[in-house]
Amino acid sequence: MPRITYIEHDGTRHEVEAEAGMTVMEAAVKNSVPGIEAECGGACSCATCHVYVADQWRAATGQPEEMEEDMLDFAFDVRETSRLSCQIKVTDELDGLVVHTPEKQF
Amino acid sequence: MTGDVIKTDAVIIGAGPVALFAIFELGLLDIKAHVIDILDKPGGQCAELYPEKPIYDIPALLVVSGQELTDRLLQQIKPFNPVFHLQQRVDELEARGEDGFALKTDTGTQFETRIVIIAAGGGSFTPKRPPLKRIEEMEGKSVFYSVRRIEDFRDRTIVIAGGGDSALDWALALQGVAKRVTLVHRREEFRAAPDSVNKMRALVDAGEMDFIIGQVMELHGDAGQLTSAGIRGKDGETSRLDCDTLLPFFGLTMKLGPVADWGLNLNENKILVDTEKFETSQQRIFAIGDINSYPGKLKLILSGFHEAALMARQAYHYVYPDARYVLQYTTTSTSLQKKLGVR
Ligand SMILES: Cc1cc2nc3c(=O)[nH]c(=O)nc-3n(C[C@H](O)[C@H](O)[C@H](O)COP(=O)(O)OP(=O)(O)OC[C@H]3O[C@@H](n4cnc5c(N)ncnc54)[C@H](O)[C@@H]3O)c2cc1C
Ligand code: FES
Repeated sequence: MPRITYIEHDGTRHEVEAEAGMTVMEAAVKNSVPGIEAECGGACSCATCHVYVADQWRAATGQPEEMEEDMLDFAFDVRETSRLSCQIKVTDELDGLVVHTPEKQF
Repeated sequence: MTGDVIKTDAVIIGAGPVALFAIFELGLLDIKAHVIDILDKPGGQCAELYPEKPIYDIPALLVVSGQELTDRLLQQIKPFNPVFHLQQRVDELEARGEDGFALKTDTGTQFETRIVIIAAGGGSFTPKRPPLKRIEEMEGKSVFYSVRRIEDFRDRTIVIAGGGDSALDWALALQGVAKRVTLVHRREEFRAAPDSVNKMRALVDAGEMDFIIGQVMELHGDAGQLTSAGIRGKDGETSRLDCDTLLPFFGLTMKLGPVADWGLNLNENKILVDTEKFETSQQRIFAIGDINSYPGKLKLILSGFHEAALMARQAYHYVYPDARYVLQYTTTSTSLQKKLGVR
């Protein structure tokens, strides 16, 4: 099972076991990882599941699609590494993935 | 206290799918409703959060999108001519004597009603507040999430943040009235009507408006008065821009809001109800849909519809105390069919 690490703004780490097929947002919510609100439940319409993907994982997670890029307009402090975690599907290749959660989700 | 007071049998707070079906159930029992929502359209979460997404668990509809469900509900309640009061938030709800309530919205509309149905879902949709230091103290003075009167912005030096239709529409509307409008958006592309984007670009080319690619990261000023904004550009550097007004447009979020202040018994921010009548701790105030809480509650549209039907029966007792409730089928009842306009 792929493991994902979420690092909070203050450095607190949360390591969880995810299942291939769920999203990085779902894995966080299921394991009560703080810092990801996911108000819209993964519909890509709230931007409260914003994360920064660790540099070494950016190639593996890929680029946001147009709908996600549009929705990122509604996030705060968007950077090059920004993604909406409900739009990243967990695969076996993402075992070890590290993402950072922002200080505030808006 | 301005304007006339609207007197009615029922006021429904919220215009989500559950409220819309409640209009139907109340209508069959001759109870006319006024409906209030902060959004500019009915449909609640379905219309605002997922208009194009499919719903698969509405009985007998294999698949229906959030918007289509809303449109169908609106079609279904047409015979009952509900009155919608949109873009208004109910702020005050008070008991008025033995058997009535007074309600007031943030725009000053007042109601006197015999029963109240709270169908407020996850709370009222509210503009998102960027998590910037000092922003709260500047709200209402230098920071605004909506424009009620354009004239209030005359001669101001305004920064508008965001890249959606609201940001562009207001940038265009305030240009010419304001001293200067600067649009700040994180990228070159906009998710807005192409026509507005073109108009904005033309004004920028003509030197009448500014557009900066970047994000507002700091607010400077004191005593609630904004004097400049720190804008982080594409290069990661933050530079200051003098301004006295900020209009951030980053979409909406659901906040429980005033509902919590009405003295009703709550459980984890949801209104406690019984499961026979879906009435709250205050007689004649009902709560249905996502806003309520009871053992076994499921936050599903289907559950909300059921709650609406049971609520309506009790509402009937309050509005027509001398009448006897008789269950009738829409299939066979001539009187119901007359109300529905199919006979
Ligand atoms: C992405 C997503 C997918 C979903 N999919 C399904 C599904 O497949 N099946 C299903 O059954 N359910 C689904 N749901 C849940 C469903 O949308 C909700 O259960 C439903 O919208 C609840 O309806 P409601 O009328 O109770 O409240 P809402 O739809 O939340 O509407 C409440 C309205 O009240 C307004 N309001 C609140 N307070 C005030 C106030 N003080 N003054 C004025 N207006 C106010 C709000 O602005 C809002 O418009 C989904 C939800 C989401 C987010
Ligand atoms: S959960 Fe709402 S956009 Fe990802």
